[in-house]
Amino acid sequence: MSDERIRPRFDELSFSQRLGEHAPLLLAPVLAVLGLIAIGDPTTWLTLTVAGLAMGLMIFIMASGLTIVFGLMDVINFGHGAFVAVGAFVGVTVLSLLSGWTGTPDIVMNISAILLAILAAMIATGAMGWLFERVIVMPVYGFHLKQILVTMGGLIVTEQLIHVIWGPDALHIARPETLQGSVIVFGAAIEKYRILAVAVGLALFFAMRHVLRKTRIGLLVRAGVENGEMVEALGYRIKALFLWVFVAGSALAGLGGVMWGLYQETITAQMGSEIMVLVFVVVIIGGLGSVEGCFIGALLVGLLANYAAFLAPKVALVSTIALMVAVLMWRPQGLYPVVKAK
Amino acid sequence: MLVRIISGDMPRSRLLSLIVLVIGFSLLFAPFLFPGIKSLDTAARIAIFIVLVASYDLLLGYTGIVSFAHTMFYGIGAYGTALALDAWGPSFWAMGLGTLLGALVAAVLALLIGLFSLRVRAIFFAMVTLAIASAFAVLVSQMSAFTGGEDGLTYRIPRELTPAFRLMTDKILDVSINGRLLAYYLIFFCALVLFLVLLRIVNSPFGTTLKAVRDNSFRAEAIGYRVIWYRTGATVLSAVVAALAGSLLAIWLRYTGPATTLSMEIMINILLMVVIGGMGTMYGAVVGATIFILAQTYLQDLMGIASKATDGIPLLSELIAPERWLLWLGVLFILSVYFFPTGIVGRLRGEVK
Repeated sequence: MSDERIRPRFDELSFSQRLGEHAPLLLAPVLAVLGLIAIGDPTTWLTLTVAGLAMGLMIFIMASGLTIVFGLMDVINFGHGAFVAVGAFVGVTVLSLLSGWTGTPDIVMNISAILLAILAAMIATGAMGWLFERVIVMPVYGFHLKQILVTMGGLIVTEQLIHVIWGPDALHIARPETLQGSVIVFGAAIEKYRILAVAVGLALFFAMRHVLRKTRIGLLVRAGVENGEMVEALGYRIKALFLWVFVAGSALAGLGGVMWGLYQETITAQMGSEIMVLVFVVVIIGGLGSVEGCFIGALLVGLLANYAAFLAPKVALVSTIALMVAVLMWRPQGLYPVVKAK
Repeated sequence: MLVRIISGDMPRSRLLSLIVLVIGFSLLFAPFLFPGIKSLDTAARIAIFIVLVASYDLLLGYTGIVSFAHTMFYGIGAYGTALALDAWGPSFWAMGLGTLLGALVAAVLALLIGLFSLRVRAIFFAMVTLAIASAFAVLVSQMSAFTGGEDGLTYRIPRELTPAFRLMTDKILDVSINGRLLAYYLIFFCALVLFLVLLRIVNSPFGTTLKAVRDNSFRAEAIGYRVIWYRTGATVLSAVVAALAGSLLAIWLRYTGPATTLSMEIMINILLMVVIGGMGTMYGAVVGATIFILAQTYLQDLMGIASKATDGIPLLSELIAPERWLLWLGVLFILSVYFFPTGIVGRLRGEVK
C-alpha cells in the first residue's frame, strides 16, 4: 500500500453543502420578504415586522435559559413558565411601588424604574431557580420521565402560591409614561415599548454569544454540552456549573416575564404556562441546546405569528405549529442540533 | 372465569382487592346507594375518568411516554359525538356514528403525531404534544361557527336516555327508573368494558413488549422489536380509548365545550390521578381517579370549613382556602413522584423501589 493512501484527506465541502449549513440564517430574512409580498403595504409590514421582532426577542429571552439548561444537563424544565410568571408578578409589584418614577414623563426615571423591576425579578427568580434545582430537579437527574413530572408539579405548586400571595385575579399594569404610545418611522406607527424590547433582546443575545464564545465559563458550558463526563474528568465540577447555569436561566425567565408582562399589560398566574407553548416551539425549532438556533427560531415564530395574525387571525397559533412541523420535516433535530439524540 | 375476565392481572394485595371491589360495587349500585343528582353525576364522572386515566397510564406507566395531548383526543371524541348529535338530531345511530368518527380521527392524528415525533426521543414527544394540544384547543375555540367556540355545544341525546323517559311507573328502592338511569348504566358498562379491554392489552404479549420498551428501549430494539411501532401503537390505542371516554362524557353531560374536555387543567388532573394512583398499574387508575374526583367534589367543602375556622390567621387561611386545593395536590404529586413512584397501588402491594 502506498503512503498516499493512509494520509488523511481534507475534502472541501461543496458549495451547496456549505450553503446548506448556513441556510437557517437565511430563514428569518426570507420570511420577512415573503411577509412583505403577502401583505403588500410596506408601512403595515414595517409595523408588523417590528412587532414580530419584539415578540420573538422576548420569547428568545425566556427560551434561551431553557435550551442551555437542557443542553448542559439534559434536563427539560416544564416548570420554566412558573419563573416567567413569578418574574412578571415581582416586576409589576416593584413598578407599582415606584409609581412616582413611572408616572413622570422623564425617560431616565422610567427606564431606571424598569431596570429596578427587572433586577428585583431576576433576583427573585434566580433565587427560586436555586431552590428549584436543589429541591425539585437534583434528585431526578437522568430520569426524563420523572423530570417532566416533578417540574410539572413544581409549576402547579408555584402557580397556586402566586394565587396565595398576589390573589386570584389578573393584575393590570400601565407602561411607564414615556414608553406609552408609538412613534412614526417611515410612515409606520411603531410602539415605543417594542423598540425597547428589541433593544433588550438583541443586547442579551450578543452578550450571551460573547459569554459563550469568549469567556472561560462559556467555554466550560459549551464543553459541558458537548461532553459533560470529559469536562468532569478534567477536574471541573460540572454540577456546580450547572447549578449556576440553572440559576441564570431562571433569572432570564424572570427578565422575560417582566418584559412580557409589560408588553401584555395584564398578568395572570397562568401566563407562564401559556407562553411556554411558544417557548417550546422555539426551542424545538432551534434544536435542543442551541442558543443560535433558539434565536433564529424565536425570530421566525415572532414574525410568523404577527404576519399570520394580520393575514388570517384565526390560524395565528396554528401557523407556528405548522412552522415547527415544516422545520422538523427538513431537519428532524431542529435547525442546529447541539445535543446528540440519546 | 373471573381471573380470565381481568386477564389474570390480580390486584395482588388484599386491601387493594377490597378497595377495587368497593369502588366497583359502589359504581354499579350508585343510583340506589347514593340517590341524588350530584352523587350520580360524581359516579358517572368517576367511571369516565377511570377509563381516561387508565388509557393515559397505558402511555405513561406502561410505555414510558409523556404526552400532553391526551385531553386533545378526549376532546376529539367528545366533539365527534356532540357534532353528530347536533347535526343529525338525537338518534342512536347519530350518536354511534359520531363516536366512531371521533375515535377514527383520534387514531389517525395519534398515528401522525407518533410517527412524526416519537422517532427522536421521548422528551421531544412531551414538548411537541404540549404545543399541538394547545394549538388544537385554540383552534376549537376560534372556529365558533363549527364548534360553538368557548360556549361549546348543547344538544339533545336520544329520548330513551333522558329523565323524561320512564321505563316503568313503579320506583325501585325509592329510585325512579328513568332514562337518566339508563344513561348511567350505558356509561358504566361501556367504561367497564373499556377498562377490561385495557387490562387485556397490557397483559398481552404486546403489553409485555411495551414494558420492555419502557425499561430498556435499546435492548428491545436489539432483540428485534421495532420500538417506534410499539410506541406509536400504544399512542394510537390510548388515543382511541381516550376518544371513546370523551364520547361517554358528551353523552352524559349533553354539553361539550373546551373547558370540560380540552383544557390544560384536565390534562394536569389526569397526570395527578395516574401518579397518585400508581403508574404502570391499571388498578392505579381506578384508585387515583376515584380519590381525585371525590376530593375534587367533597374535599373542597371540607377545606372551606377549615378555612373559615382559621379565618383569623392570615396566611394559613389563604393556604387552605378551597380554591387552593390544587396546591396541596401538587405537593402530594411531587412527593409521590419521589417517594412512591408506584403510587398508592405500589404501596399497597408492598413493592419497594
